[in-house]
Amino acid sequence: MSPTISCSSVYKIFGNNAQTLLSESGGNVDAKKFQEAGCIVGVNNASFDVNQGEMLVVMGLSGSGKSTLLRCISRLTDATSGKILIDGEDICLMNNKQLIELRREKMGMVFQNFALLPHKTVLENIAFPLQVKGVTTENSIYKALEMVELVGLKGRENYFPRELSGGQQQRVGIARSLAVEPDIWFLDEPFSALDPLIRKEMQDEFLRLQSVLNKTIMFVTHDFDEALRLADRIAIMKDGIIEQLDKPDNIVLNPATDYVRKFTEDVPREKVLKIESIMDASDPHASGEITVKKDDIIETVAEKILNSKEIIKVVDDKNSVVGSINPSKVIKVLFGG
Amino acid sequence: MDKNYLNIIRSSKPAQFGILLIVFLLLYNLVPHNEGNYFWRLPSLLAFIPIKLNEIIYAALYEWFPLKVWDPIFEMYEEKAAFREFTKSISKGLLFLITFVRELLLGGDKIIDVFVSDAWLKDNDWMTWPALPWTAATVGAFLLGFQLGGIRLALLGGIGSLYVSIFGNWVPSIQTLSFVLITTPICFVLGLSFGIWGYLDRKVETALQPVLNVMQTMPQFAYLVPIIALFGLGDHAGSIATIVIATPPMIRNTILGLKRISPEVVEAGLMSGCTKTQLLFKVLIPTARRDILNGVNTVIMQCLAMVVIASFVGAKGLGLNLKIALNSLKIGKAAEAGFCIVLIAVILDRFTKAWANKQVDYFENLTFFQRYKLLIIFGTSILIFSIIAFIANGYFDKINYLYVIPIEKGFTFAHYIDAAVDWVWETFFYSLNSFNKFLLTEVLGPMKKAYLGMPVVATLTLTMGVAYIIGGIRTSLLVGGMMLFIAMSKYWDRALITMYMATFAVIMASLNGIIVGSIFAQTERGSKIILSVCDFFETFPSFVYLIPVIFLFNITDTSVLIAAIVYATVPATRYTVWGLNSVPLSLHEAGTMSGVSRIQRWTNIEIPLAFPTIMLGVNQTVVFTLQMVILGALIGTEDLGQLIFGALSRAQDGPGVAITLGLFVSLMAISVDVIVRKWAEERKKALGLA
Repeated sequence: MSPTISCSSVYKIFGNNAQTLLSESGGNVDAKKFQEAGCIVGVNNASFDVNQGEMLVVMGLSGSGKSTLLRCISRLTDATSGKILIDGEDICLMNNKQLIELRREKMGMVFQNFALLPHKTVLENIAFPLQVKGVTTENSIYKALEMVELVGLKGRENYFPRELSGGQQQRVGIARSLAVEPDIWFLDEPFSALDPLIRKEMQDEFLRLQSVLNKTIMFVTHDFDEALRLADRIAIMKDGIIEQLDKPDNIVLNPATDYVRKFTEDVPREKVLKIESIMDASDPHASGEITVKKDDIIETVAEKILNSKEIIKVVDDKNSVVGSINPSKVIKVLFGG
Repeated sequence: MDKNYLNIIRSSKPAQFGILLIVFLLLYNLVPHNEGNYFWRLPSLLAFIPIKLNEIIYAALYEWFPLKVWDPIFEMYEEKAAFREFTKSISKGLLFLITFVRELLLGGDKIIDVFVSDAWLKDNDWMTWPALPWTAATVGAFLLGFQLGGIRLALLGGIGSLYVSIFGNWVPSIQTLSFVLITTPICFVLGLSFGIWGYLDRKVETALQPVLNVMQTMPQFAYLVPIIALFGLGDHAGSIATIVIATPPMIRNTILGLKRISPEVVEAGLMSGCTKTQLLFKVLIPTARRDILNGVNTVIMQCLAMVVIASFVGAKGLGLNLKIALNSLKIGKAAEAGFCIVLIAVILDRFTKAWANKQVDYFENLTFFQRYKLLIIFGTSILIFSIIAFIANGYFDKINYLYVIPIEKGFTFAHYIDAAVDWVWETFFYSLNSFNKFLLTEVLGPMKKAYLGMPVVATLTLTMGVAYIIGGIRTSLLVGGMMLFIAMSKYWDRALITMYMATFAVIMASLNGIIVGSIFAQTERGSKIILSVCDFFETFPSFVYLIPVIFLFNITDTSVLIAAIVYATVPATRYTVWGLNSVPLSLHEAGTMSGVSRIQRWTNIEIPLAFPTIMLGVNQTVVFTLQMVILGALIGTEDLGQLIFGALSRAQDGPGVAITLGLFVSLMAISVDVIVRKWAEERKKALGLA
């Protein structure tokens, strides 16, 4: 099956003569040289795929080009060069009508500062994408009520955004982006404007939603912990370049560059790594009754492993034994050395 | 050694100003005062401008693009200029609308007359629209206020219209109101359209900016003569003058509001799949709603500020009454009319603000009766009061007081005011007069003489020098060009008198504003109080300020200057408070912990940090002062204003002269604005506030 989103050699360069500079450089973009010529490099040669039902988290500090990349893929800005395929169709070549059609049918987006319409109630905000599409008021409100329930805002349908807390406003933003039942879900730092406790709560809520909905997701954040918590795969960006794109545990175990290593240094490994990454696949004959799954995060099963004195069996989803784990390895991960 | 001095001068602004001052003084004293000398006065090379302008206006009116128009009276085709037909149809349309609203409230048969023949109307004299009884209107104002802002606004609306009615100002008030009700929507539509256009197209915005600057700084008087020439006299002419003046702030508010929308909201609209039209009408305009409605509020205030001025081109209503009263020196009557204008202004101001801040609840679950309760009460009260008033026709023999209380029969407090003024006049005549005399002979006289004795080369050097030191060569050339434009007309001496009056008033108003603002800004409550006082004073139409001063100081420069100072103190105070309040709290605390006294804190921390903002306030005082100084011509001063005013009575070359002179005043204001803005920007950057 072809990937839902597929980018190849995407560049976004801001400035007047970006196009000519880019074609002169032949794809080999040096940010410093471009800056001297009065251009700012937003995205520098990004190529990757996102598969159906996968969640790709784009992580980077401010100015790393992560939001720009997201906006190129939703075509809120036009990429300077490159191919962006959505279900096999190049979004850069679409005319305005096709683009509106695509957004009305396939895409939803959540914004950092919620971006709710201040003159509309919760219900109207959520029904808005349906109404611009031409759905009747009655049907759109009916659908919006469904969404209100989904994001847990029942009882606040007639509130105005200014009457809601930040977390509640973002729930409205999420409900609005899901109202048209899109296949692709863009989230641009959706929880960054919230305070830490609410952020945690919203992340849990988000994981719950995703387990029900199973959308194809691009999620932008500057918070590495958040990325680790949520992602199927993480892309780490710096100065417009994707430094590394991999599964969370691989990034922690094998940082590709020094820049990535700086992020991973302080990450508690037991919170990221799965049993699979420290088990012995060569010895599937461990004794004992207790088993752990290979996809379990180490931290969650550490106590169980350390309490039993013996080597423990590791099983996969189908409960067949795929390896074993020695408690000493868990101790090593937990306490270093 | 030489190089060293040069460097000091280059890097030190005070040194540059010092040198500029020395050069200025040398030029001032050394250039001989004689008419042939170009250093003393420039030749009026640009004297042709007003004449050319006139030629263009009259050619447009009578010669260009002749059309064949059917004349129903002479039953033949006549050649008429297209432009004149165009202006005529605008006039007719506006007049129709204003009369329509007026008759709707006051009754009459002029509108019916439009649809039927004169003869038929004469035969059927029952065919006339009945007046709305003032009693019903009072109930209406009360209910509208209640709907918008609860009991407080209800009382304001109800008592306000009760006052207007029983003091006999009902008819002129409705005349004024109908004028406002027609003019405001036109300004709204024009302002909104241009604002949206400017927002969507950068080039349009850049082109609009200087036009708006000139329009907002032109004295209102300057528009009147051309408008008479183009549209004739009448209520519609007043309305057009008001539209020209009130539309620019609406455009600015619209652009400002749209620009303030966060880009995320626009993106959210796009990602929801909005088309361009949907984005504009469903996302952008509703989101900028508050700024746009504040623009409407400004428009209404401008309309009321214009009523007196509009009466010069034939608008009826309170403005006309006020003008007549002032002309015949009836202070009491003038004050009453003025009070009504202020009252209407305050009511409309509060009502529109409440409307702007009101959010609609779409999901109220109400029955038909609950939803339209107030409308139903209003409808019923109209019916009841109309029936009562109709029955009362039999009881009153001449005037039916239940419809209208005419001005001669209404209550009045005019004679009390007259008596009070007489008392003040008699009691303080000596001191007022001697103060007046002192100011005129010791301060204003010498100042005026000094300004008039300034050689043109010295003036240009000073203004361009200041502009150069503050803003660099481009600012200097811009300001120099504008001044040169004035200097090469034949009105330079008049312009100097305007400048002298403006300078004096600006200095006094700024000092007042800074002192008052600083005192009140010390506490949070003080700031709140003084800002709402400023709000209140800003709803006064500029003209109202002239009423009291004329009677205290007669028709002299003093009166105009005092009115200008009081009027312009408002923005100076407001900006001072804003500036002081914007000083970060952490700096106050740092100051306190360094052990500064209150005075030290004010001089060392607050004033330096607030100064850029205060200067923007001074900028506003310049515009306010110039408006008032020109308005002063009404009561007789001898500056540019007097000439603009004089142009009113000269139909032939009037329009050109008025536009040119108005432009001069506008250029003066813009020159100051360019320099001050540049300075404030740099200063803010230096302080890290921008």
